Amino acid sequence: MGFLTGLLWFFAAIAVAMAAGWLFRKGVIAVAPRGVAKEMRTAPLTASFGMLMILIYILVALSAHWIAPFGETTIVGREYEPWGNVHLLGTDNLGRDMLSRLIYAARNTVGIAFITTALAFILGSILGLLAAIVGGWPDQLLSRAVDVLMAIPALIFALLLLTIVGTSVVNMILVIALIDSTRVFRLARAVAMNIVVMDYVEAAKLRGEGLWRLIMREILPNAMAPLVAEFGLRFCFVFLTISALSFLGLGIQPPTADWGSMVKDNATLISFGDITPLLPAGAIALLTVSVNFVVDWQLHRASGLKE
Amino acid sequence: MAEKNVLLTMKGLRIEGRADEEWLEIVKGVDLTLHRGEVLGLIGESGAGKSTIGLAAMGFARDGCRISGGEILFDGIDLRKASESERRALRGKRIAYVAQSAAASFNPAHKLIDQYCEAPVEHGVMGRAEASHDAKELYAKMQLPQPETIGFRYPHQVSGGQLQRAMTAMAMACRPDLIIFDEPTTALDVTTQIEVLAAIRNIVEQFDTAAIYITHDLAVVAQMADKIKVLLRGEEVEEAETRAMLDAPSKDYTRSLWAVRSYARAAQAPVRDATPVVSVRNVTAGYGTINVLTDISFDIHARRTVAVVGESGSGKSTAARVITGLLPPRMGEILFNGSALPPDYRRRTRDQLRQAQMIYQMADTALNPKQKLRELIGRPAQMYLGLNGKALDARVRDLLRVIELEPNDYIDRLPSELSGGQKQRIGIARALAAEPQFIICDEVTSALDQLVAEGILKLLDKLQSEFSLAYMFITHDLATVKAIADEVVVMKNGVVVEQGPKSEMFQPPHDPYTELLLSSVPEMDPDWLDNLLAERAAGGAGAKAESAGN
Repeated sequence: MGFLTGLLWFFAAIAVAMAAGWLFRKGVIAVAPRGVAKEMRTAPLTASFGMLMILIYILVALSAHWIAPFGETTIVGREYEPWGNVHLLGTDNLGRDMLSRLIYAARNTVGIAFITTALAFILGSILGLLAAIVGGWPDQLLSRAVDVLMAIPALIFALLLLTIVGTSVVNMILVIALIDSTRVFRLARAVAMNIVVMDYVEAAKLRGEGLWRLIMREILPNAMAPLVAEFGLRFCFVFLTISALSFLGLGIQPPTADWGSMVKDNATLISFGDITPLLPAGAIALLTVSVNFVVDWQLHRASGLKE
Repeated sequence: MAEKNVLLTMKGLRIEGRADEEWLEIVKGVDLTLHRGEVLGLIGESGAGKSTIGLAAMGFARDGCRISGGEILFDGIDLRKASESERRALRGKRIAYVAQSAAASFNPAHKLIDQYCEAPVEHGVMGRAEASHDAKELYAKMQLPQPETIGFRYPHQVSGGQLQRAMTAMAMACRPDLIIFDEPTTALDVTTQIEVLAAIRNIVEQFDTAAIYITHDLAVVAQMADKIKVLLRGEEVEEAETRAMLDAPSKDYTRSLWAVRSYARAAQAPVRDATPVVSVRNVTAGYGTINVLTDISFDIHARRTVAVVGESGSGKSTAARVITGLLPPRMGEILFNGSALPPDYRRRTRDQLRQAQMIYQMADTALNPKQKLRELIGRPAQMYLGLNGKALDARVRDLLRVIELEPNDYIDRLPSELSGGQKQRIGIARALAAEPQFIICDEVTSALDQLVAEGILKLLDKLQSEFSLAYMFITHDLATVKAIADEVVVMKNGVVVEQGPKSEMFQPPHDPYTELLLSSVPEMDPDWLDNLLAERAAGGAGAKAESAGN
């Protein structure tokens, strides 16, 4: 019986999600300028649901200060209070309001993960495209340096670097971005290798175009599809890395709220049949799925793939 | 002809293809009858549905296509109603297929003879030993060198022409009743094409096999086919016996196909002692330790077209790379209006780069698929001439008008929204945008249909007199040379064999290699191949030895 009810809830959730996606798409088509509306019409329900979710996350993160009922780090009650009228989702292991921390964590976790991934992409793809188009010894130098960095297991390397440079949010962002950019470099270089041999790149070289324009106008637009797909995946991996580092005590430092450490701190509640600690995990999962829905759609469009 | 002799009939054949979520009809009710031992030529431009009909003769439709109407009867079997396993039993055994690109159709990981034996053994026609013995016999019939051992090579170890013949032999393995040849010689040089054509015709006659021969080259089909069917956009234009069709085509469209061959521009007066725009002086160049070009020299004058002719591998394109500076020469130099250009394009000034532009063979890869025409054409004008904003927009519109495309409809399109001929026109507009004195045209028409190619040639011709351009026209197609060149440079193995004005080149006496090239160009006369082969056989080993070397 419990299983059937679960199944029912599951399908109900999917139906609600699709309905939300459909409504969101309708809404955007109605209010957006023509160009955007035209693009939106091609979006499948999954993608518009994903966009809606990402939008909600961004809004929540930006307005955390106003919508959170309590402070991020204030102790407002006893430990592990159940869900109630004052504390909608109860309190955590130190008596802080769970809902408020969830909302603040959106800002911290999503913000940090996004900045990290973006940095990794800017660094990795520009160097990768550069290596592909210049070739010769600069390519060798960059590629071998990346090989060396990739040879060391990522988590251990991150721990090592963080121990050297000291733990802080900025350092963590830079370290993870550096390590992740090696993966992006590999991909960008491999994709660009196939593009630099095209006649239009040769034509642009013969025209006397500079390196920057070659990369930004001739190669990057044609390498976008695989890079965008990789972005969606990388974003999720960065989440995991941050959570893992937080768990090991080198990531986001308490009392700052982040979803990864919130799961860890409240894990004991699971043994009592309370699902509260799973909420931050669910938040990570939902965002990950949403990002990938949108990325899939973009990939589909950019590559011209049919089903 | 008697009813029992009919091998294949198609009645009201309709085939649809899927594009953007809807089905479009590609073949719109075509009828076809083929008797035993008869060769039918299917001709038409790309998109006419030739290949689709060819595949339908095996009851097969490509991915994204479906046979939606009509009936296909092969020797009394209805291929549309037959089950997949029944059809599979026919394919390879009684109906065989020879694809356009043999190099792409052979599995590179298996030896030729293993691939030959696959079909007969699979269909239970012969045992493995018998099949390999048979293969050697057929290789000999196809006049492949060393028929005893050639089968033990891998596909990359034999030349393109040999591979195409090996594939025809493979199609013959089960002695099928019908073979479908889908443009088997289109990717080959003229000199190689002759051998393949002769071998195919010989073997088809010997085994009395019926064939459907698909091509866009009229002269080729004239040699091969008993009757010709002309197709246009999925519909039949007309069908007739080869000779009747060639002598008196009854439809306007067919006549326009015939007329293409007759285009030739007016003879130009020979150049006085002016300084040539581009002068290639004693250039030797190559990759690694190999010299691709050895001591070549030629001049190109303003308002003149120099055609550089030769087979693939003769160094034509390498010569273009040396002129543009992509490949600095080992020795020799390139003069532009009398003064030497830096050998490496990176050392050339922006103005030197502007003066020499290039139009590429494959417009698909020469235009950035993510840029709109506005940027594709506008960029050189913006870069070299400093145009911006409204002036740039006006210039792009002017250029679109010059290449005969309506600016308002096209300026914001992407290359993927254009046809092949239109793409090539954009390539021309991009070259013109730089306002150069000299343009290199690298096989610009070889990927296009004849009618479209004709339009491009006429456009280039018009632009030349309008903007006093000098052209270097790289091609392997002598018909194109006849149409557009003033002077001809014949190359072989990186050496200039012969050069001079067009009028002299097409008049004897020739260098032996020029002679071979010229005589290998198929003519519309259906007896041409017979006569040529007889002549060459009588003419001794000279030409023969040379062609065997390919």
